Amino acid sequence: TSCEIQKSHKSSRQKKNQKQTHATGGDELPYEVQRAQEINRTFGPKGSPEAYDVIFDLHNTTSNMGCTLILESSKDSFNLQMMNYIKKAFAPASCLVLLNEHPHLKYSTSRSVAKHPVGLEVGPQPQGVLRSNIFQAMRVILKHALDFIELFNEGMEFPSCTVEVFRVLERIDYPRDANGNIIAMVHTNLQDCDWEPLNPGDPMFQTFDGQTVHYQGSGTVYPTFINEAAYYEKQQAFLTTRRETLVASAIRKA
Amino acid sequence: MEQTSFPPMSRVAICGGTHGNELTGVYVVREMQKQKVDKLGSASVTAVLANPRATDVCRRYIEKDLNRCFTDALLRSPITDSTPYELRRAQELNAQLGPKGSEEAVDLLIDLHNTTANMGLCLIFYSLDWITLHIYKYIQSKMTNVPVRAIQLDVPMSDAYSLESVGKHGFAIEVGPQPNGVLRADIFNAVKSAVDLTLTWLQEFSSGCTFEGGEVEAYTFAKHVDYPRDPAGEITAAVHPELQDKDFKLLRSGDPVFLMFSGETVTHEGEELYPFFVNECAYYEKNIAFQLARRTTFTLPSICLGN
Repeated sequence: TSCEIQKSHKSSRQKKNQKQTHATGGDELPYEVQRAQEINRTFGPKGSPEAYDVIFDLHNTTSNMGCTLILESSKDSFNLQMMNYIKKAFAPASCLVLLNEHPHLKYSTSRSVAKHPVGLEVGPQPQGVLRSNIFQAMRVILKHALDFIELFNEGMEFPSCTVEVFRVLERIDYPRDANGNIIAMVHTNLQDCDWEPLNPGDPMFQTFDGQTVHYQGSGTVYPTFINEAAYYEKQQAFLTTRRETLVASAIRKA
Repeated sequence: MEQTSFPPMSRVAICGGTHGNELTGVYVVREMQKQKVDKLGSASVTAVLANPRATDVCRRYIEKDLNRCFTDALLRSPITDSTPYELRRAQELNAQLGPKGSEEAVDLLIDLHNTTANMGLCLIFYSLDWITLHIYKYIQSKMTNVPVRAIQLDVPMSDAYSLESVGKHGFAIEVGPQPNGVLRADIFNAVKSAVDLTLTWLQEFSSGCTFEGGEVEAYTFAKHVDYPRDPAGEITAAVHPELQDKDFKLLRSGDPVFLMFSGETVTHEGEELYPFFVNECAYYEKNIAFQLARRTTFTLPSICLGN
C-alpha cells in the first residue's frame, strides 16, 4: 500500500474539507473548491480503485482535545487496527478516537478521497501559533502510524481487537439573539473539559452578565471540540459524544 | 514624595476590536453598548469598536495593523484613494477621541487586547504616568485570582503608534492566553472586572479621594528576539517547551529558548531578563518570537483631584 501525508490550509471562508464533490468547475469556483478537485485528481478519484490507500490529515484545534484520531466509518477494520496500534504505542500518553459517522454532522473531508481516511487533531493550540509540545506529539503519532503500515506491509497479522471510541451525537450551538450574535460563552466549568462527562444540570454557558445556562440533555454525554475558533461560524460551541466499543476484524496483507 | 494633583477626568473611552480577532474587547464593548453605558457619575464613557471591518471577518486587520497607525506622521498624512482602510479609520478615531496631543482628547483611553501568550492581565503604557500607575496599583490590589502586571514601552509620544496614545492618559489591557477567534469566559470576566475597577477608581478620584502613594513593580521593554530562520525566511525552530507559557519567569544565561526542528536547543545568552509575549501569533510576521524586559520599581506619589 502507499499512503500520503496531506496538509491543508484553512481559510476563513470556504473550507476545502467541506467541498469534496464530483462536479467539474471553471475559473469562477472558489479557490478551495478548485483545490479540492485537484486533490481528488491527485489522490483519488474518491470512490475509485485508483484512490490512495491512506491519507493522514493533520489538524490543530483551539479545543483542549489532546491527541485525537478521527474515524469516519465504524466498519473500517484497517483504520481501527491502526488506531488500536497507535493508542497502545503512544501509551501512557493519551490518544483518543472520535468517530463521526453521524448522517447530518458528518462532512466531506479532504482525506475522504482515500480508501482509509485518518484525521489527526491535536490541541489546544491557537491558530497561527506553533507549539513545540504539539508539534512533537503529532510527529510521534505519525511515526507510530507509519510503523503500523510498514508492519502490515511486511505481512504481520493483526488479530481481532476492540477499540474504545467516542461517537458523535449532536452539535450544540451557543445561545444567540435574533440577529444570530452569540449571547453567552462556554462556561468556565466546561471550558477545557473535553472528554469529561457532562451531566444534565451541569453548567454549560455563561451569559455576559453572569447568568448560567445548564445542560438540559437526558443523560451524561462526553463533550469535545469545546470552544473551537473555527466553529463559531458553523454554529457549534461543542459536540456531544457517547462512549462505545468497536470491534475490528483481524487483518492481514493479501 | 509630595502629593500630586490632577485635573478632573470627565471623558473616558473603552475601545475593543482594534484587532478584529481579539474577541474579549469586542464583546466587552458590545455589551457596554447594549447596556447603553455612557455615564459614570459626572464622567462620560464611550465604548468604541475600533476596527469594525476586521471584527466582521474575525481577522486582525484588513490591510494594515490599526494599532500601528497612530504616529503623529500617519495621523497627519493625506488620505488618497490608495490609503489603506486602517489608516483612514485611525484618522476617524483620532477625530472622535482625540485629536492626539490636544486639549479636546479624551482624558482616559483604554484599549482592550488579547494575546496568545501566557501573560495573565497586563497594563501596557508608553511613558510614566502617575494616573495609569495608580490605576494599575488599584486593579492589582483588588484582583487576586489573575496575575496583574504592568509593562512600560519607552516611546516618545510623537512616535507612539498605538490607539491608547490618542487619549491624554491611556493604556492597553492585554490579556492572555486566548486564541484568536475564541472567547473564553474566564478571560472575559477578568477583563470586565478590570474595566469596572478602572471606572470605580475614576469615580472615587472624581469624588475627591486621595490615593496613597507607594511602590509598584513594572517591567520595562529591553529588546525582542526573532525565531531562527533559514535563508528563505522560514522559521527553523519553535519556542522551547521550557520557555513556552513561562512569560515573566526570569530567563538566565544558558536557559533554553528555542527547540530546532532538527532537535538542537538554542539557549539565551547575556543579561538576565524577563520574557513576555512568548509565542504571540501576530508577531511571527513582525519577526518576534518573544520580548524581554527588565523589572523596575516605581515610587508613586499620592494623588488626588486638584488643579
